[in-house]
Amino acid sequence: MIPAGFEYHRPGDIASAIGILQQHGDEARVIAGGHSLIPMMKLRMAEMGHLVDLQAIDELKGIEVGADTVSLGAMVTQHELITHDGLASAIPLIREAALQIADPQVRYMGTVGGNVANGDPGNDMPGLMQCLNATFDLSGPDGNRSVAARDFYEAAYFTARDDEEILTRISIPVPGAGVGQAYEKQKRKIGDYATAAAAVMVGNGQASVAMTNLADTPIWSDAASAALAAGNVDACVAAMLDAIDPVEDNRGPVEFKKHVAAVMLRRAIARAQSRAS
Amino acid sequence: MNDQTLTPEERAANLKGMGSSRKRVEDVRFTQGKGNYVDDIKLDGMLFGAFVRSPYAHARVVNVNKDAALAVPGVVAVLTAEDLSPLGLHWMPTLAGDKQMVLADGKVLFQGQEVAYVVAEDRYIAADAAELVEVDYEELPVLTDPFEALKSDVVLREDLEGQTEGAHGPRKHHNHIFTWEQGDKDATEAILAEADVVAEEMIYYHRTHPCPLETCGCVASMDKVTGKLTLHGTFQAPHAIRTVVSLISGIAEHNIRVISPDIGGGFGNKVGAYAGYVCSVVASIVTGRPVKWVENRMENLMSTAFARDYWMQGKIAATKDGKITGLWCHTTADHGGFDACADPTKFPAGFMNICTGSYDIPTAYLAVDGVYTNKAPGGVAYRCSFRVTEAAYFIERMIEVLAIKLNMDAAELRRINFIKADQFPYQSALGWEYDSGDYHTAWDKALKAVDYEGLRAEQAQQIEDFKAGKTRKLLGIGLTHFTEIVGAGPVKNCDILGLGMFDSCEIRIHPTGSAIARLGTISQGQGHATTFAQIIASEIGLPADDITLEEGDTDTAPYGLGTYGSRSTPVAGAATAMAARKIRAKAQMIAAYLLEVHDDDVEWDVDRFAVKGAPERFKTMKEIAFAAYNQAIPGLEPGLEAVSYYDPPNMTYPFGAYICVMEIDVDTGEWDVRKFYALDDCGTRINPMIIEGQVHGGVTEALAIAMGQEIAYDEMGNVKTATLMDFFIPTAWETPNYTTDHTVTPSPHHPIGAKGVGESPNVGGVPAFSNAVHDAFRPFGLVQSHMPHDHWRIWRIANGLGMHG
Ligand SMILES: Cc1cc2nc3c(=O)[nH]c(=O)nc-3n(C[C@H](O)[C@H](O)[C@H](O)COP(=O)(O)OP(=O)(O)OC[C@H]3O[C@@H](n4cnc5c(N)ncnc54)[C@H](O)[C@@H]3O)c2cc1C
Repeated sequence: MIPAGFEYHRPGDIASAIGILQQHGDEARVIAGGHSLIPMMKLRMAEMGHLVDLQAIDELKGIEVGADTVSLGAMVTQHELITHDGLASAIPLIREAALQIADPQVRYMGTVGGNVANGDPGNDMPGLMQCLNATFDLSGPDGNRSVAARDFYEAAYFTARDDEEILTRISIPVPGAGVGQAYEKQKRKIGDYATAAAAVMVGNGQASVAMTNLADTPIWSDAASAALAAGNVDACVAAMLDAIDPVEDNRGPVEFKKHVAAVMLRRAIARAQSRAS
Repeated sequence: MNDQTLTPEERAANLKGMGSSRKRVEDVRFTQGKGNYVDDIKLDGMLFGAFVRSPYAHARVVNVNKDAALAVPGVVAVLTAEDLSPLGLHWMPTLAGDKQMVLADGKVLFQGQEVAYVVAEDRYIAADAAELVEVDYEELPVLTDPFEALKSDVVLREDLEGQTEGAHGPRKHHNHIFTWEQGDKDATEAILAEADVVAEEMIYYHRTHPCPLETCGCVASMDKVTGKLTLHGTFQAPHAIRTVVSLISGIAEHNIRVISPDIGGGFGNKVGAYAGYVCSVVASIVTGRPVKWVENRMENLMSTAFARDYWMQGKIAATKDGKITGLWCHTTADHGGFDACADPTKFPAGFMNICTGSYDIPTAYLAVDGVYTNKAPGGVAYRCSFRVTEAAYFIERMIEVLAIKLNMDAAELRRINFIKADQFPYQSALGWEYDSGDYHTAWDKALKAVDYEGLRAEQAQQIEDFKAGKTRKLLGIGLTHFTEIVGAGPVKNCDILGLGMFDSCEIRIHPTGSAIARLGTISQGQGHATTFAQIIASEIGLPADDITLEEGDTDTAPYGLGTYGSRSTPVAGAATAMAARKIRAKAQMIAAYLLEVHDDDVEWDVDRFAVKGAPERFKTMKEIAFAAYNQAIPGLEPGLEAVSYYDPPNMTYPFGAYICVMEIDVDTGEWDVRKFYALDDCGTRINPMIIEGQVHGGVTEALAIAMGQEIAYDEMGNVKTATLMDFFIPTAWETPNYTTDHTVTPSPHHPIGAKGVGESPNVGGVPAFSNAVHDAFRPFGLVQSHMPHDHWRIWRIANGLGMHG
């Protein structure tokens, strides 16, 4: 469990971090909380010559809760998402989901930016951000741009982010009053990724549903969301089962995963509906 | 202490002897991070070893190219089988009478097998260089199924080709290791043929791994000036390791010092000898420098000893009203690429023949066939006496299967078949003499404690609710009554590599009345320093707090066979009591001399000898100790010390009644343990708090094994569960609350009546959890479903029973 050797960089601002990435090309990688990257390095499944630590960059920190929008710095930890007062009342779904990630030790270190940038289909935040219709702000050598969470994921570990770009902030529209939200996740134990997880928002004639770890990207389904908005739970579930594409692994065979996907989704819907007004 | 105002009870309490929940003295250092484990050891000039391991489960090793690795600055050596063969060390003997490659000799037989050993100035260089060793493999067909292996033309062990005789008798096939038979085959088959009822089932106990918190490792240090080899390591049997190292290396035994420092859990994983030890010793001899090797977690799970992997075909015969008349078992045992089980020599399937369990079964037959496959070697006793968990799981499942066949309550079926209290000592059909037991008392106490009738009523209601669509959850009540066989063992039938399985204790009393005791065992978390001091305290009347306990250094401790199979208290604990009694016998003579009376005119009184009939005339042990060092006593040597080597007359047979109440979600396969009740009878209880701690830990391991933990392979022989993401270790969250309870039926042959308890909870826990899962689905037609009962497998049961609509 010893990673290959690397150079360690700790820039103090975004521009210098991008500079280092530019200088070393695909030899370099940013590290946030390290709780996805370091295990991969120790397994020698990820090897890079230069590690660019984002911990010292203040621009990447902080939670701002506005009337219409919540802005999360990429380096906000999962622990901060859980303990921030204003955030829990603005978008309770974030806290509910964050509490179901790993364990307290991981959440003290793991960041929201790392979680969404990682591109691992097992991560919970990408599906959550798709459900919430979040936007990711990216900074790179060519300037800044924004990509919708629903357009960000291409395949496992492949995202719309260029190698030399850094994800700086996440903007999330605050769901209107009366919107019920729920995150439901089945896992084998504390510290495990989802066997299946569902993020649901419903209310005011609108709905949004996304699921995690049931394909090589998170799955947000337009059809499923529309069906739920129309009040048709069965059609919502059917559309979602159509959209997912789970594979067999140690968590179980495909048939099982599809079954629990439907169970998680129905439970999340029921809870979200009970919270809608 | 010389206080006459204290009552005998108060004086006894001050000793913190047997029966006291004395706090663990070890925890002072462990809770402060001040333990001293193998990886804490740093010696001057120490080098580090790292293995190159096979990515394939079965392949020919065509070529190993070391050049790129040797070119890395800081790399001192790269060893392969070719380097070891001139020393005859490219293979090593296993504890099971087989031999095992130290480094791949022409082929590899399991994924993760050791191919080359890189020695470097630090562990980072060693890890980097290991990546640069180029190995050419030629893949061979892989056998992961033992039944297929017995039919296949593929020869796994080419080195054994043509050998029809193995260490344990004839080999029937080139992938067959041994057949072990116990009991009366013809009589059992006759009973099965005539029985009112026969239940038959395949019971599989899946492959898992002890996975101790600390992995295996060692530091070998050859001093070329003195010719002495010091080997620090995570050894559960340091003395046996010294003898083995001497026998295979040719270094005289007095020139080898083996030290087991603090050990972070063993559970059987640290009994055997591993390639890392041999390579480190060789590397230290070659370089003249100390060499450290410590496995990482994946190496531990993939290559050092696994546990279980027994396919147990069972038949159980009974009368119409449930009296069991016969038991038949044929086990196919998957041993992996080499037979490296850690069992007493004459028991290639351990004590699997305890599989008649707690029941008075007049006739029985057991046969075990050991088989080679392309999996890691091992087959150790993971927190159990040799194969006792397998035996207990087998019989406790067969009882449930029979209960279904008879349409009987499984608690009642057990009750009418228990060996009765007045039948002890009990001669079992498969050859054991159970020392003592009172199963009915324990069983009734357990059923009452959990309100068994009430639970069944609640379960019946829940089934109604389920059928009415009011709930999607089922309730399972998992019953187990287990009997263990521990404390190996009598030298007449138990040895490992020819070493009799006695154990030992040496006690020295210091002039001021404190003491040091050394034992042939080694604690890995069991709290020996706490409990063995308590035995001595009660036996010789010195406070446990004034007694230091040392184990694990072969230069100072007396020879013993180590700690595993719950043998420490039954064997070394007995030696401790016997050594203490020798001291007390001498102390009696000293006291009589000091009190100027005849030896027979003094009597023992908690912490002193007093003149019979004149209790105010006494000498405390402290006074006696001092006298032993400052008085010339006619006819007595100075000093006060004793040593005892104890050869137990029999094993001990702890037992217990465990009940698990579990709720199961039929839609997701998720489970929730609502209640777990554990009644243990381990005979005399030395430290109730430590017993409770052992039970909590052991049941938690049992939960892991039953509900998810496994070493799984794909058909290519790749290990699918080599990290703790997939290998289930429960966290505090998954761990239920336990209720512990006890009865006390002392062992009649043990000096203090103690039986050993550390492993009971694993032995009894696994069937309790598994039976709970089965019990939940019994009303819907489930008879048998193999562990581990993780979510998808439970879901599959429900799905197979048509519960998903
Ligand atoms: C035992 C364990 C259990 C876990 N369980 C879960 C779980 O249940 N659910 C879950 O969602 N996660 C889980 N995780 C992962 C954890 O949440 C990680 O912390 C998270 O996935 C990554 O965040 P990080 O800050 O640690 O990122 P890092 O590991 O530092 O980085 C991850 C990847 O993202 C890239 N990256 C990081 N930040 C940025 C940025 N600002 N811009 C561009 N690229 C960036 C890195 O280069 C790297 O490739 C678990 C982790 C562990 C160790």
